[in-house]
Amino acid sequence: MSELHKKEMRAVYTDNLIKYGKKNKNIVVLEADLMNCHGTKKFRDAYPTRFINCGIAEANMIGVAAGLASCGKIPFAASFSPFATRRCYDQIAVSVGYTKMNVKIVGTDPGILAQNNGGTHMSLEDVALMCQVPEMVVVEPVDTVSFDKLFPQILACDKPMYIRLQRKTTAPIFEDDAKIDLFKANVVRKGTDITIVASSIMVHRALTTARSLAEFGIDAEVISVHTYKPLDTDTIFRSVKKTGAVISCENHHLIGGMGQMIATALMENDIRVPFGMIGISDRYGEVGNEKYLADIMGLTEQDIYDKAEEIYKKK
Amino acid sequence: MEINRIKQLNEQADLIRKMSIECIANFGSGHIGGTSSIIETLTCLYYECANIDPTQPNWADRDRIVLSKGHAAVGLYSTLAAKGYFHKSELLTLNQNGTNLPSHCDMLKVTGVDFTAGSLGQGISAAVGMAIAAKMDRKKYRVYTIVGDGESQEGQVWEAVMLAGSRKLNNLTVFVDNNGMQIDGMCDDICKVAPFEPKYKAFGFKVITVDGHDVEAICNAIEESKKSKKPTAIILNTIKGKGVKCCEGTPASHSVAFTEELFKAENTGGVLNI
Repeated sequence: MSELHKKEMRAVYTDNLIKYGKKNKNIVVLEADLMNCHGTKKFRDAYPTRFINCGIAEANMIGVAAGLASCGKIPFAASFSPFATRRCYDQIAVSVGYTKMNVKIVGTDPGILAQNNGGTHMSLEDVALMCQVPEMVVVEPVDTVSFDKLFPQILACDKPMYIRLQRKTTAPIFEDDAKIDLFKANVVRKGTDITIVASSIMVHRALTTARSLAEFGIDAEVISVHTYKPLDTDTIFRSVKKTGAVISCENHHLIGGMGQMIATALMENDIRVPFGMIGISDRYGEVGNEKYLADIMGLTEQDIYDKAEEIYKKK
Repeated sequence: MEINRIKQLNEQADLIRKMSIECIANFGSGHIGGTSSIIETLTCLYYECANIDPTQPNWADRDRIVLSKGHAAVGLYSTLAAKGYFHKSELLTLNQNGTNLPSHCDMLKVTGVDFTAGSLGQGISAAVGMAIAAKMDRKKYRVYTIVGDGESQEGQVWEAVMLAGSRKLNNLTVFVDNNGMQIDGMCDDICKVAPFEPKYKAFGFKVITVDGHDVEAICNAIEESKKSKKPTAIILNTIKGKGVKCCEGTPASHSVAFTEELFKAENTGGVLNI
C-alpha cells in the first residue's frame, strides 16, 4: 500500500506546492484565512514572499490571483468549496474565465464533506457552476496517490482550473504504479454487466458495491473520474457499449452534475442504454457526519447497489 | 511644470475627448459621462507620468494601468489610439458586431489594455495582484488603477483597498473618479460612499485630492505618489460629462444617445474623419 494513503490530501497539496515551488518561482499561494485548515503554513514558512493571506475576502482573493496571473504568476487560491466558487462566481467568470488567466482555484471539503459545518458550508453545486465557465478545467482527484500524480499535470496546464479537493485522508483507490492522466478517466474495476461511473468519495463506495454485486452475479465495471471538464467520454462510451447499462455516482447535486453530463453525452452519441444516477436531489445540506449525510442524501453503498440492480434489470 | 507642457497636455486631452465623443457618436450611443471625467487623468498617465512604450505593449517592466471602471473604455481606447497602440480608424468599429473594441475594456482584444473590466469592483483587485507581483519580483514598475465613485459602492473595492494598505503597496496608485454621479442619480442620494479621504487614510493610504481636470495638479499628485511609502489614493474631483455640451454635469451623461443634431452641436471637428 502506498505511503501516500497515510497522508492527508491537504498535506499532498502543500508538499507538492513546496516541491514544485522550489523550481518554479512563479507558484504563488493565496488563502482567505484558511491557511491553518489547508496546511499551507508550511509553504508560507518555506517561501514567505510567495504566500498571500488575503483575509476573509474571497472575491478580492480571486481578483488578486487574476492580477498576479496577468504578470506571469501561477496562483493557487484556496478556500472551502462554497466560498471558493459560489461566493465569488462573478469574479471567477470575469476576472479569471473571461480573461483566460492561469489561476488555480482550490475548493476544499466539497459536498457532504463539509460535515458539521453544515448547510452554509456545503457546496453541492460547485462542479455545475465551475463547468459553466467557458474553458475552465474542473478536476477532483479521488485520492492522495492520484492527486500526487496529477499535481505536475495541473501545474503544466495553463488554463483556468477548479480543483475540488477532499481535505483529509482519502479512501485508497490507486497504488503507486497507477497511470493517472489529467484528461483520462480510469477503469478501476473491469466488468461486463453494468458500468458504474463515479467521482470523489463515491469511487470507493462504487468499488465496494461492485464486490457486493458480484456476489449476486452482477459483474460491474467501475470508472473513476477525476476530470469533470473536459469529461473523458471515450473511456465511458467504450465501457457502456460493452456493458449495456450505466449508473453515475457523485457527491454533488444531480442537477448540473456529472451524471447529467454523461447522460447528455450518451444521448448525443446515440448510445441508448438503461441509465441511472446517484447523487444529491434538489436540497440544501445540513450538519452531520459523513455517514449520516450519506445516509440521508442517498449516497451509500446500499443506494448504489439498489440503483445498479434496478438499471441492470432493465437491460 | 512648464506652461508649454501644461498647454500640450491640455490640447492632447482635448483631442482625446473629441475622439471619444466621435467614437461614441459614430456608434450612436455610449458611456460618455464617465469617460469624459477621466480624460485628463488618462492623458497625464499615458503622455507624462507612466512608464509605458506603445511599441512594446507587453513589455514585462511597463507600468500597468487598470481601468477598473471598465465602462469608460472609450476614453482608454481613444488614448491608446492617440498614443499609437493601434490605428485611430479602429475606434469607428466600437461595439459593431464582431468588433475588437467592446463597450467595456478587454485585455484579450485590445492592444495596450492591461486588464479586462466591466463588472465593477474587480479591476482594483487585479491591480493589487499586479502590484504584489512587482514586489515579489523586485521590479520597479508601478500600477495605476482608476475606480469610479459609484463603483466604490461595491464591497470588493474595499477588500482590495484593505489588502493594499495592509501590505503597504507603495507601488500602487488608486484614482477615484469623484464625479458624484451614477446611473440612477447622485451617489450621495442613492448610497453615500463619500467622503473618500478619511476612508482611504484609515486603510493606510496616502491621500491627495485634486481637481481631476487640472493636468498639472494630476501630474504633481502622480509624481508625489511615486515617492510615497504607502499606497496612494488620488481623489479626482471631476465633472461627469466634462466638455460634452449636451450632458455635462448631469447623471444622464452616463450613457448618451447621440442624434445627428446633438453630435453636430458638439463641434468636434471630425478628428476621426467622420
